[in-house]
Amino acid sequence: MLSEFLVITVGAILVNNFVLSKFLGICPFLGVSKKLDTALGMSGAVIFVMTLASLVSSLINSFLLVPMKLEYLQTLVFIVVIASLVQLVEIILQKLSAKLYESLGIFLPLITTNCAVLGCVVLNAKSAPESIQSTWYGATIYGFCSALGFALALILFSSLREKLDLADVPEAFEGTAISLVTAGILAMAFLGFSGLV
Amino acid sequence: MSTAIIAIIAVGILGALLGVIIGVVAKAFAVEVDERIEEVTELLPGANCGGCGYAGCADFAKGVVSQSATPDQCPVASPEDVAAIADYLGIVAEEKDKMVALVRCSGDVPNTVRSLYNGVRDCRSAVLVAGGAKGCDYGCLGFGSCAEACPFGAIEIKDGLAIVHKELCVGCENCVAACPKDLIIMVPEAATTHVYCNSPEKGAAKRAVCKTACIACRKCVKASGEEDHMEIDGFLIRTNYENPPGPELVEAAACPTTALRIDTEHAKGAYAGESK
Repeated sequence: MLSEFLVITVGAILVNNFVLSKFLGICPFLGVSKKLDTALGMSGAVIFVMTLASLVSSLINSFLLVPMKLEYLQTLVFIVVIASLVQLVEIILQKLSAKLYESLGIFLPLITTNCAVLGCVVLNAKSAPESIQSTWYGATIYGFCSALGFALALILFSSLREKLDLADVPEAFEGTAISLVTAGILAMAFLGFSGLV
Repeated sequence: MSTAIIAIIAVGILGALLGVIIGVVAKAFAVEVDERIEEVTELLPGANCGGCGYAGCADFAKGVVSQSATPDQCPVASPEDVAAIADYLGIVAEEKDKMVALVRCSGDVPNTVRSLYNGVRDCRSAVLVAGGAKGCDYGCLGFGSCAEACPFGAIEIKDGLAIVHKELCVGCENCVAACPKDLIIMVPEAATTHVYCNSPEKGAAKRAVCKTACIACRKCVKASGEEDHMEIDGFLIRTNYENPPGPELVEAAACPTTALRIDTEHAKGAYAGESK
């Protein structure tokens, strides 16, 4: 039992990292990684939404879609669920913690259409190991760990980019070009984890 | 058939349920927003150009209402708009001179030396290749990065030279940031006569690559006499925008390279290929 969850955790964070080996969520990975502060904000928002979305989607999947043999509607239903979930979180957050709402800012609505979140819940429902697919807590842990992996990649990358700003980059490579090269090298480094699980 | 109906009903119920939950929660957790922000947004031009330094008109309205910005910081709003906003908020609006963009170059294709450039048609790309394909290192590259940056269509590329149509320019300064040669400056709208050159090189070096460069012969400086309309800056004469000259100076100075021009004539492209 415990070793199973250890495998899920290490696998989701390092081996099958959402950004660097599944190439999901590249948009926020490049878009909000210019500063460490915004990267931390985005990471927090993604961890929150992804964990919640995994839990709710897994419940809907196993108690609604599977018994009614409607598995083919998974993608559609999951998008609706994620979108309304994000909307709910936004409304509640604005009332309860205006400060957190301001700091998350535009990132919360952006997550609605983030492929990493949708990818996580679809993987949960379709191709994950039995231990994740069948139980809601397995799915939640997997979602949380995947989001941690996303956060790890985003924070690493944004720290690299902050250092890059001070580096003497050839003029033709400045800006996005050198960022993409850096992202590639980072992805190759994460390939080194592939034998772990 | 029945599976389709089940699917429609199930997803419909799910959607309706989520909709009801969101609706109830939105009511229960409603946050009061200052209605003045919405009103001020309505009164603003809605161009969302970012010329004020805020992220769009709604953000600027927030700044105005919280008094961290003044309505006249919007470069697009006419004096009447600014007055209307100030009136609504009960504050005093300040009058300020309208500024427009000026491209300080007159080197169009017939008048300049250029090499062949086959790369991306964009100034910021062209400037990476040995500073651009123009003989003059300081002049307008003419690929229109500024025209693309302009949300109001006020910049036109004519014969490989960026030309500002000042009646369309609102002064948002987006083009100033876009030009890799830092050629564009903001000048008072009232100024009509400008030196269309920004090269600090010596006269002979400039003439070798551009027929319409300012060679600092100082005819215009002499013609303006005691008036101090023109400033000498090394091998370049600049218009003194504290005290700009009128169009009659062009006639009086008889600029030998036509670098000194009236902006409306410049915008027409009337000088193309005409220089001596």
